[in-house]
Amino acid sequence: MTAITENQEETQVEGRWLQLKKYSRRNPTVAIGLGLLVIMVLVSFIIPFFIADPLRMNPIMRLRPPSDEIWFGTDMFGRDIFARVIAGGKISLVVGVMVALVSTVLGLFIGIVAGYVRVLDAILMRIMDGLMAIPGVLLAIALISLAGASITNVIIAITIPELPRVVRLVRSVVLSLREQVFVQAAISIGMPVWRVLFVHVLPNTLAPLIVQASYICASAMILEAILSFLGAGTPPEVPSWGNIIAEGRTYFQISPWIIFFPGLFLAITVLAVNLLGDGLRDSLDPKIAQRMR
Amino acid sequence: MYVYLIKRAIAVLPVMLVVAVVVFLLMHLTPGDPAAIIAGDYARPEDIARIRKQLGLDQPLHIQFFKWLFAILRGDLGVSIFSNLPVSHLIAQRIEPTIMLSLSTILFSVLVAVPMGVWAAWRVGTSVDRLVMIFAVIGFSAPVFVIAYALVYVFSLQLGWFPVQGYTPIGEDVFGFLRSIALPTFALGMVYIALIARISRASMLEVLSEDYIRTARAKGTSEGSVLMRHALKNASVPIVTIIGIGIALLIGGVVVTESVFNIPGLGRLIVDAVLSRDYPIIQGVILVFSAAFVAVNLLIDLSYTFLDPQIRY
Repeated sequence: MTAITENQEETQVEGRWLQLKKYSRRNPTVAIGLGLLVIMVLVSFIIPFFIADPLRMNPIMRLRPPSDEIWFGTDMFGRDIFARVIAGGKISLVVGVMVALVSTVLGLFIGIVAGYVRVLDAILMRIMDGLMAIPGVLLAIALISLAGASITNVIIAITIPELPRVVRLVRSVVLSLREQVFVQAAISIGMPVWRVLFVHVLPNTLAPLIVQASYICASAMILEAILSFLGAGTPPEVPSWGNIIAEGRTYFQISPWIIFFPGLFLAITVLAVNLLGDGLRDSLDPKIAQRMR
Repeated sequence: MYVYLIKRAIAVLPVMLVVAVVVFLLMHLTPGDPAAIIAGDYARPEDIARIRKQLGLDQPLHIQFFKWLFAILRGDLGVSIFSNLPVSHLIAQRIEPTIMLSLSTILFSVLVAVPMGVWAAWRVGTSVDRLVMIFAVIGFSAPVFVIAYALVYVFSLQLGWFPVQGYTPIGEDVFGFLRSIALPTFALGMVYIALIARISRASMLEVLSEDYIRTARAKGTSEGSVLMRHALKNASVPIVTIIGIGIALLIGGVVVTESVFNIPGLGRLIVDAVLSRDYPIIQGVILVFSAAFVAVNLLIDLSYTFLDPQIRY
C-alpha cells in the first residue's frame, strides 16, 4: 500500500519537474530571472551565518584589494566587503519586496474604489496625477529627511511615489471590466457589490498586478540604493548597498573595489527582477504590455 | 484647436495644486515638530521658537497654506534657513548646470536610442535586434551611479580622457564644458536610451506591419525613405510620449549624477538641503522640478497635432 503511494508521489514530483522544465524552455527570461533571484535570496539569507561579521572593524587590514582570502577586499575600516555586500543584499531584497507588496495591496484597494465609486474617482485620480508629477527620488528624500533614516521609513517613502502607478493600472482594469457582459450579468442578478469585486473583478486584476509588482520591486531596490547613496536612506551604520557605495566614494581612486562589488550585485539583482517581470508579462498575457505603458 | 489648447492648459492647474498641497503637507504631516527638527539636536528652546515664528508655524494650517501658496504665485519661494538667502535666488544660481545636463542627455539619448530602436525593428529577430533588446534590459537595470563610477574608472582614471568630476560653464570655455558634461551625459543617458529604444522598436514594429509600408515598398520607394518618411513619422507619437514620461526618471537621475560628478546644480542643492534639513529649499526645488515635468508633458501633448495630422482637437 505504502509503496504504491510513494510511487505515485514520485511520478507526481517528476511530472511537476517536467512541467517546470517545459515552462522554462518556453519562457527563458522567467527562468533566468527567477534563477538569479533564487540564488540571490539563498546567498543573502544563508551565507551570513558562515562568514565574518559585516560590522567588525580590523584596522590592520584596511583597504586591502580583493585576493584569494578576502574575496572582495576590505574597506577603510578593514571591514570585509564580501560580508557587507551579502548583508546589503538582504536589505535590498526586503525593501524591494515590501514596497512591492504594500504598494500593490494599497493600490489595489484605492484603484478598485476609484474604478467603482464615480464620486471619488475624480478626486482620487487628481491626487494620483499630482503625486506622479513629483519626481519619485525627490519625494522620497524629502520624506526621509523629515521622518528620519530607518528601513521602515525608507519602505514608506518609496511606496508613496510608486503607488499611483498601481492605482492607475487597477483602475483601468476595473473600468474595462465593468463594461464586460459577465460583470453586468452578475450585477443584474443582484449580486452584492463585494461579491462582484471578489469573484469577478479581483481575479482579473491579478495577472497585470503581479507583473507591475515585479517592476516596482526592481525600481524600489534602485531607489533604496539611490536614497542611501545620497545620505537620506537607511541609517549610515547599516551595510546597505547604497551606503557601502557612498562610503567608498572618497576612496574610489585608490580602492575602486569598495564601490564595484555592491554596484555589480545591485545591477544583477535588479536585472533579475526586471527579467522576471518581462517574462511574466509575455507569458501571462500579451495584452498586458499595452496597458503597462 | 485653440479651445483644446486652453482646456489642456487649464487641466494642468489641479495637478499643480495637488503638487503644492503635497509639498506643503510634507513639512506638516510628518511626525514631530518641524521647527525642532530643523533646529537640530543642540537647539535651545528660543531657537526653536524663533524658527517656528520665522516659518509661520504658530498659525493655523489653512492660513499657513494660503499664505505660502500666494507667496509662491508671486515668485517668492521663501528664505533658506541656513544661508538666509531667498530660495528663488539660490535656485537661479544653480539652475544652469542642471538645464545643460538635462538638455545634453535628452539630445544624446534621442539621437542614439531612436536609430537603435528603428534598426532593431527593421532587422527584427536578428542578432542586431537581440543585442539592442539585451542592452535595453541591462541599461534599464543598472543604476545611474553604478554606470557613472564605471565610466569614471575607465575613461577618467585609466584613460584620462575626461575630468573625474567638476563642471565648466559653457560661457567660460566651450571645450571644457563639453569635456566636463560628457561622462555625466553618458551615465545619465543610459536608462533613458534603454527606455526610448524599447518603445521606438515596439512602435516601429507595429507600423512596419501596416499595409501602407508594403505599398510604399511595392512602388519602389527606397528603404531609407520607407523607414524614415513612412514608418518613423507614423511611429513618432508613442516615442515622443515616452520621452516626456521619462523626464521623471531623468530628474531623479540628475540628482544622483550631480552628486557623483560634483556638479553644482539643483540636484546638489536639494541633496545638501536634505542633509541640513533646509526645508524651504527642499520645497522650492521639488516645486520647480515638478513644474518642469508638467510643462514638458503639456508641450508634448500639444505637439501631437503636429506629429500626427489625424489627431485633431
